[in-house]
Amino acid sequence: MSKTVQKVIVLGSAALKIGEAGEFDYSGSQAVKVLKKEGVETLLINPNIATVQTSEHLADRVYFLPVTPPFVEKVIAKERPDGILLSFGGQTALNCGIELHHQGVLNKYDVKVLGTPLQTILDTEDRDRFVKKLTEIDVKTPKSQAVGSLEAALSAAKDLGYPVMVRIAYALGGLGSGLCQDQQQLQELVTKALTYTEQVLIEESLKGWKEVEYEVVRDRFNNCITVCNMENLDPLGIHTGESIVVAPSQTLTNHEYHKLREISIRTIRHLGIIGECNIQFALDPQSHDYRVIEVNARLSRSSALASKATGYPLAAIATKLSLGYGLTEIKNAVTETTMACFEPSLDYVVVKMPRWDLKKFRHVTRRIGTGMKSVGEVMAIGRSFEEALQKVIRMLEIGMEGITDAPKLTDGQMHEQELEKPTDQRLFFIFAAMSKGISIDRIYELTHIDRWFLFKIHKIFSMQQRLLKFSNGIVPSHILLEAKRMGFSDKQIALILKSNENDILSMRDNYNIHPAVKQIDTLAAEFPAKTNYLYLTYHGCEDDVRANGTKTVLILGSGAYRIGSSVEFDWCCVNAVRTLKKLGYRTVIINYNPETVSTDYDECDRLYFDEISLESIREIYRKEEAAGIIVSMGGQIPNTLAPKLHGLGLKVLGTTADAIDRAEDRNKFSSLLDELNIKQPPWIEASSFEEVKAFAKRVGYPLLVRPSYVLSGAAMAVASHEAELAKFLRAAAVISQEHPVVVSKFIQNAKEIEIDAVAKQGEMIVYAISEHIENAGVHSGDATMVLPPQRTYLETIRQIKRIARDIAAALKIHGPFNLQFVAKDNEVRVIECNLRASRSLPFVSKVYRVNFVDMATQVIMGEPVQKIDKSFMELDYVGIKAPQFSFMRLVGADPTVGVEMASTGEVACLGDDFDEAFLKAMLSVGYRLPVHRALISSGPIVSKAELLEDLRGWQQLGVSFYATGGTATFMNRHGVKADSVHWPLEKKQPNALELIQKGGVDLVINIPKNFQEEELTNDYIIRRAAVDYNIPLITNLQLAKRFIEATLKWDFDALPAKSWREYRP
Amino acid sequence: MHSYIELEDGTIYHGFSFGYPASVSGEFVFNTGMTGYPETFTDPSYTGQIIVLTYPLIGNYGVPRIEVRDCLASGAESEKAHIEGVVVADYSPEYSHWDAEQSLGDWLKEQKVPGITGIDTRALTKRLRQKGTMLGRIVNDDKLVDFYDPDKENLVAQVSIPEPILYQGGNKKVMLIDCGCKSNIIRSLLDRGVSVLRVPWNYSPSNDKVDGILVSNGPGNPQMYAETIRNLETAMRDGLPIFGICLGHQLLALAAGAETYKLKYGHRSQNQPCVLVGSQRCYITSQNHGYAVDDRTLPADWQHWFFNANDSTNEGVRHRSHPFMGVQFHPEAFPGPNDTAFLFDDFIRQLSS
Repeated sequence: MSKTVQKVIVLGSAALKIGEAGEFDYSGSQAVKVLKKEGVETLLINPNIATVQTSEHLADRVYFLPVTPPFVEKVIAKERPDGILLSFGGQTALNCGIELHHQGVLNKYDVKVLGTPLQTILDTEDRDRFVKKLTEIDVKTPKSQAVGSLEAALSAAKDLGYPVMVRIAYALGGLGSGLCQDQQQLQELVTKALTYTEQVLIEESLKGWKEVEYEVVRDRFNNCITVCNMENLDPLGIHTGESIVVAPSQTLTNHEYHKLREISIRTIRHLGIIGECNIQFALDPQSHDYRVIEVNARLSRSSALASKATGYPLAAIATKLSLGYGLTEIKNAVTETTMACFEPSLDYVVVKMPRWDLKKFRHVTRRIGTGMKSVGEVMAIGRSFEEALQKVIRMLEIGMEGITDAPKLTDGQMHEQELEKPTDQRLFFIFAAMSKGISIDRIYELTHIDRWFLFKIHKIFSMQQRLLKFSNGIVPSHILLEAKRMGFSDKQIALILKSNENDILSMRDNYNIHPAVKQIDTLAAEFPAKTNYLYLTYHGCEDDVRANGTKTVLILGSGAYRIGSSVEFDWCCVNAVRTLKKLGYRTVIINYNPETVSTDYDECDRLYFDEISLESIREIYRKEEAAGIIVSMGGQIPNTLAPKLHGLGLKVLGTTADAIDRAEDRNKFSSLLDELNIKQPPWIEASSFEEVKAFAKRVGYPLLVRPSYVLSGAAMAVASHEAELAKFLRAAAVISQEHPVVVSKFIQNAKEIEIDAVAKQGEMIVYAISEHIENAGVHSGDATMVLPPQRTYLETIRQIKRIARDIAAALKIHGPFNLQFVAKDNEVRVIECNLRASRSLPFVSKVYRVNFVDMATQVIMGEPVQKIDKSFMELDYVGIKAPQFSFMRLVGADPTVGVEMASTGEVACLGDDFDEAFLKAMLSVGYRLPVHRALISSGPIVSKAELLEDLRGWQQLGVSFYATGGTATFMNRHGVKADSVHWPLEKKQPNALELIQKGGVDLVINIPKNFQEEELTNDYIIRRAAVDYNIPLITNLQLAKRFIEATLKWDFDALPAKSWREYRP
Repeated sequence: MHSYIELEDGTIYHGFSFGYPASVSGEFVFNTGMTGYPETFTDPSYTGQIIVLTYPLIGNYGVPRIEVRDCLASGAESEKAHIEGVVVADYSPEYSHWDAEQSLGDWLKEQKVPGITGIDTRALTKRLRQKGTMLGRIVNDDKLVDFYDPDKENLVAQVSIPEPILYQGGNKKVMLIDCGCKSNIIRSLLDRGVSVLRVPWNYSPSNDKVDGILVSNGPGNPQMYAETIRNLETAMRDGLPIFGICLGHQLLALAAGAETYKLKYGHRSQNQPCVLVGSQRCYITSQNHGYAVDDRTLPADWQHWFFNANDSTNEGVRHRSHPFMGVQFHPEAFPGPNDTAFLFDDFIRQLSS
């Protein structure tokens, strides 16, 4: 090999967003690990503070900065690295790299792009060049034309014939792509697309063709292998990130498999990729015909999936190849005896399913298609398709115990349209259709899902029917075994038999039916493997591994990334494992999210890539002869299981299951607060509308409403008056004895403050208090957090500390916890309590450089831990955490923030003062500077007044304004000049909508008039247009004020690029 | 229907019968390929063997129509199933593919090949890996059949063709010594514009004038086939280009004076990495063999050509000055990757001009 570089920059993918999620923490972490091992000085630029890759023990220096050319250039100028890795941070890193190349920055500083050459990247990203390259080697691509104008698009579509596919170059996650049935649809899509790209592709439609992918690896010696192939259950037309995917392919013959493999290798060699890439095919389900859809010349979501599906560490290998190694010089990390130049053979089947959170958004369309909407994914491993499919459904954590639970979502209804025009629920409607006796042929016609998959789903249906016959609850052992092998969980069988989970469990114990532990060894048992990568299956007669030694601790992972729970909990788990290892424990992780670092098998002693359920945990606990389970690091899923695990006699480590229950149960927690004399907003649990009305009369509006069963729309809402309350409860929620609604007083114009802490036997030993920029009413996950607090009264902080101490003592908290407060006029009320690691734990740990998880884990294991008495209030710098929204992908969703969380990720930046850190954080999540022209709708009169002086400041800076009706009048009357524009619905010129569509402004500030706008109002149209046309949008008054104030203080070019280490606590 | 497996060491695995419901015995071997069961089952090299597939989901795309013209099968690697039996974890009677004619189970029934499903094939494979290839039987209806050791028989004689056949393909002519030849070896030659004279395993090369000789794959212990080895010795004296594949490679090595030995559990898979000696190039190959050439016994005028990157066993030899070469893997693929198809081009380039 020829290692020529000494110092390398790795670009991360910034905040998690739809289309770019945790998979790049996995790939970036592996890259950094390999570079370090190779002795290369490693710099990482990534503002995503919750990631594992930005941990202290990995890169030599971490920069929490926007992954944009100006900042990357600053770091390059300062550090003078000789190499850069662009393929480990998704499209964000790749696009940034391409720009740096075009701007001549890489040349200027003599920075070498490692791995796949830039020329190759450009060849794969530009459709025209891509097609030309593939034609050179007789590889077929979809017939298409690249166009740069609407007229050209229309004429191209005319040539190809409708329907046509529209694709966009340089897009992450298929953004803006779509199928157009007619001219009108094409017009809409292309007009929008051309606002943020110069090139659009009009393509022949291959609807109904199979979608197949290969993960390909190539070294500089021209060795080229395909590590994994994958088949999408959903045919072409649904983005692979939105598809249910199986690995390896199931319905391809040898001829098809190897034909596509050969084309993959031919293509990748011709393009000249060095490292890893992904190639996607369309395969005609009626012939040998095929098309190459695209090549991603970088690590991707699919490569993360393929790594986990095969045990082949693609990102690590890609890094080594980028450094000049050959595949024949690298060992297979799983077997440790064989070589990395081989293609894994699987002896199991893997099913991946996307996790959507569409119900969190108002007005959003649930249709899925060529653009991504899912926020995460889960992966199941089994030895039959049925087993893996039912596992993966449970892993989604959407309240489904298996596919037989379909009626919960479908209401027992079956609409053919649901099959033909897929939504996030299509799989369940397929099952519903089978229940209604619709034939497999008909379902195939509507869905084009290969009949083989449909047959398998039907088998599950037949098993359900067989089980239904045992209404006495006793199932013969051979049938129970068969059901278990088809992935029926104990709980699922109990639901079908109307018995309970424990009865099925004892029946299983009696019959001695237990799952077997199998290894993932990359070679299907052909060679002995040292692998610790494991899963459970009921298709097995022996375990591959045995319990090994004492002091074994299970750590439960966080499951699917979703809104409200993502990479931060992976960071917590990985750190807990590191501490446990240091303390001499054997660590066993259970998790099933392929986008995580915790599921890298080199992180722990054993990894069970399996369900985090009572059933599987109990089996693993027994097999591993575990000493206990840590439930406090993986977020809410493990936390909720704690009392039940305790009930089964398994040892829950840390805070007791009883205490967790007292904090989780609203009534119990409320009484506790009363006992401790701690204030909380008044609340009731009501089972009728009358009760709620009476409560409203007593405490007054606005009210925060939380139904326990939601029909449509978001689960939580704020009602400002009775009519709104009535409307919400009637339209969106079921309210009854069985499904009560929790209503609490919503406190307005209050500050929201949080404390993250660790307690030992009820004594708080370390804490961090942070304040929100936004007033209370914005979900803490969507709020911008400031650490340490800059605008909170000392008296408030004192009260918060006292309350935290009292609660910790009362619940005898032994581990991490988080409390949230609203404070108004020095009156502090508790609104939330979690006896587990919280979302903000990596943020506070990294800003303070005190690892809260390490401390908590030591506490949990009974180690002596020094209490940290130091107050962090006088820190010389400030950390700001900002949310990342993905509204652009959620067609139709109202891009506002409220009580229901909507952000998909977050970043955090550091600065010597608040404004510096704040601006960097805002730039990291997509805001752009400088602002020249802004469109203002400043909402109610109070906020109009509050914003006025800031706008005046901007005017002096040279910013010009457009404003809607009332806002324009108000601003002009008070001496801030604003050009008045009409509301969108007024359909008069000049119009706000047109202004946005034409790109006439570079920022939109739109403050909603009330908490919960349900209608498609003028404001909604403006907000939505801003998002659709990629213009930064601010909808919160406090945020708008801070943003303007910060830009008045800081010039964009002056923002410094300092590494994490340069800020000293 | 209940069915079970019994290995010669007494291990028993219970499962369910599919395919032909009879008892059968043979040598248990495992194959780790994830696709291509029709091609695998019709490969004559599997004669006498009961094959354990490590990939659990089998039967998904059914079996295509197999047509045979002039002893050359299309849709499969020979005209019939050559395996004695098959062991899988999760057989799928429902199948789906535009090219499929019937289900795997129905075809096996027609071919009188018993199958057993519901087996922990990983456990069984690990046993075969640890203890080595074993004799064993699939038992249906409690009818026990005696253990049967195929290595003691001349299997090649059973699978070779009785009479020579000429396939017209071009001016150059290759003599294909059929030791149990896979169809795609013939197709690989024909597609490259040469004629193929396919002859029985013990046919003497000096009978006809040809431009080169290809010795095919086939079943069993290479040392059993003394006649073929003798014929190759003669052919080498004539100096015609010779290319040996799999068993053909072993026979060529034996004719050159090297020795062969039985591997503990063989190589049967589609992902064997083979490195070109003296280079950084590695090829992914398809393999099916229980015996191997012993590198250390290679005469001085022969050189190592390829070696297996996993276990360093020999994967190819070539003569230092004459156009004689042999590879242990299957450049014709089917099933498996076709990375080494270029070897056919190399061979044809060498045909006497």
